[in-house]
Amino acid sequence: MAIKIEMPKLSDTMEEGVIASWNVEEGDKVEAGDIIAEVETDKATMEVEAFDEGTVLKILVDAGDAVPLGGLMAVLGEEGEDISDILEGAGSSGSGKAEAKDSSSEEKEESSTSGGSTTLTSPRSDSGDSSSSSDDGRIKASPLARKMAEDKGIELSRVDGSGPNGRIIKADIENYKESAQPAAAVASTQGFESLESKEVKVSQMRKTIARRLSESKFTNPHFYETIDIDMKAAIAARKSMNEANDVKISFNDIVVKACSIALTRHQAVNSSWHGDVIKEHGDVHVAVAVAIDEGLMTPVIRHSDKKGLLQISSETRELAGLARDRKLQPEQMEGSTFTISNLGMFGIEEFTAIINPPNACILAVGAIRDVPVVENGEVVPGKRMKVTLSSDHRIVDGAKAAEFLNTVKNLLENPLSMLL
Amino acid sequence: MAELQFREAIREAIDEEMAREEKVFIMGEEVAEYNGAYKVTEGLLDKYGYKRVIDTPISELGFSGIGVGAAMNGLRPIVEFMTFNFAVLAADQIINHASKAGYMTGGQITMPIVFRGANASAGQLGATHSVAFDSMYAHFPGLKVIYTSEPDDAKGLLKSAIRDDNPVLFMESEQMYGMKGEVSEEEDYIIPIGKGKVKREGSDVTVVAHGKMYHVAKQAAAQLEKDGVDVEIIDPRTVKPLDLPLIVESIKKTNRCVVVDEAHPFAGFAAEIGFLIQREAFDYLDAPVQRVTLPDVNAPFAKNLLDAWLPSPKNVIDAVNQVTYRN
Repeated sequence: MAIKIEMPKLSDTMEEGVIASWNVEEGDKVEAGDIIAEVETDKATMEVEAFDEGTVLKILVDAGDAVPLGGLMAVLGEEGEDISDILEGAGSSGSGKAEAKDSSSEEKEESSTSGGSTTLTSPRSDSGDSSSSSDDGRIKASPLARKMAEDKGIELSRVDGSGPNGRIIKADIENYKESAQPAAAVASTQGFESLESKEVKVSQMRKTIARRLSESKFTNPHFYETIDIDMKAAIAARKSMNEANDVKISFNDIVVKACSIALTRHQAVNSSWHGDVIKEHGDVHVAVAVAIDEGLMTPVIRHSDKKGLLQISSETRELAGLARDRKLQPEQMEGSTFTISNLGMFGIEEFTAIINPPNACILAVGAIRDVPVVENGEVVPGKRMKVTLSSDHRIVDGAKAAEFLNTVKNLLENPLSMLL
Repeated sequence: MAELQFREAIREAIDEEMAREEKVFIMGEEVAEYNGAYKVTEGLLDKYGYKRVIDTPISELGFSGIGVGAAMNGLRPIVEFMTFNFAVLAADQIINHASKAGYMTGGQITMPIVFRGANASAGQLGATHSVAFDSMYAHFPGLKVIYTSEPDDAKGLLKSAIRDDNPVLFMESEQMYGMKGEVSEEEDYIIPIGKGKVKREGSDVTVVAHGKMYHVAKQAAAQLEKDGVDVEIIDPRTVKPLDLPLIVESIKKTNRCVVVDEAHPFAGFAAEIGFLIQREAFDYLDAPVQRVTLPDVNAPFAKNLLDAWLPSPKNVIDAVNQVTYRN
């Protein structure tokens, strides 16, 4: 009897997965436990294993294409087995994918029903309610607004919804004005040859970043405080530690350590907003933003307040490596209570970061600069680093954020006190 | 047009039909000697005598059974209940016999009977005397259910009900018997069963409300007009069969709908209309259909609680604001 291989739920938040690669071809024999495909989720690239043995009778999705949760990816069975029933059943859901290849992704989303709740285990016998790619970018519109947009040839993705949860309603379509076109027309009359623009498919990771950060920026009332830290002592401490021990502690590791200690002293900063309650975290888990080609990831150093610099340093390096290879497991990215983003290595003097939910704060770390400073009435060369704390004002007030920053500053200016 | 009280409009309908057809008779508690508990049947005993205006004992199941038997044998009874809350005792006759006899005999038996009386809440009468039964009876195949809001509708529809060869439940309200309204003086004024009416034209939202709730909707519409919201009110008048095309046509214009119903929410009239609208007018909806109903709680006795329990103009305004995205 043929077995359907459907898109499994590989992370808590995924709603669809993109086939990164197939490790099998039609006709191959597989054993239970064989890794048959790699799937890019919103978080990481994960392996999909076969739970049964058999022959791969049909692969329905090409590498690079997205499959909604529970969507049919492949069929396993005995060689020569008739699987036309299954394929027919998948026909309507499968054709959604085929069409999506030609048409824009918006159209795919428009045709989708809200199938987000489709579970792994439920057999999708009803081929009628097929397309369930209700991914994060799903456009919510009232039936009327949808119809009006279609009649007027307006792309719903370009309309801002004013209804609940951003639902596009009649008034939004009526008030919609085409804006972008005239500007383009003007540009082309300037005598410059216009170069081709292209549309790049949004990756799962990009979608997740887009969703989470928009959500954070639009719902968390951010405010920002910057403090200038004298890094002379920290530089000296790092130098002697690295020389004496043949290790490579980075400034970022020292900042992680300082923040971790400061977090144990400032509960508000180590908290999360949950509507009716504020969750004051007992543990300190600091996430470190790591830039990778397609975006960024935030692996978590667990119990960073209890770990020494050496351990923080080696863990950070290991996790950053995994992040760059897209091998981070979901559990290595979850559960942070605070996040640090460091652009010092790019020479950025200071910047503001968007809070990484459900954290209350994020620290944006700038470069260490050579600056003239006044000491005892004389201008002398100094080493300074600016850090900017973005705080969620629902949890953290201005004075609380300032106290936290002062603790971080004191720790970094007196690195030995971190040993206390 | 003549200005009549609700009770007078109902009486005219009964009187005209009794005069027109000898097989029509009325029975119930206090309908004859006392001239009706709510004076609906005043004067009918004098006019038609004891054979056609019959006082019954306080035994709803018994006299409903007599009515059903009489209808089976070719008469056209009107059975009056002092309130439909008491008709619960007669539910076996209504639901198991009146509604099914024609079906189970392959049409050999017709059931030209009208059960009528006061429905729903009428002030501080406690939980057992405050129930709206129109949704419940409309659930059963074989029954027609009418619950009107104005004297004119009552007269035209009761005459249709008495002439109908099927069992019809005709519902009234203790609180509306004294309400006056213009009633057509047209000779033999008939309103067909199953025809609703646009009682207020508007462009922004369709409010469906029948029976006493029509007046709640009307007050809400007057208030909303001041806020610049133009409400269209549809009174279906007949709960079953329902004039769905009228409602759908209205929604095609307004794109939004609020259903106001004096029954409890679960599996009620408002729920059914909501379903029908999403099926028939899905592409025309700009917001989910909202409803204003009683809560899923029995009627309280205390005045303050009762006021909170009953659907109010404020509840309707809130629902309208929701579907028009004004809140």
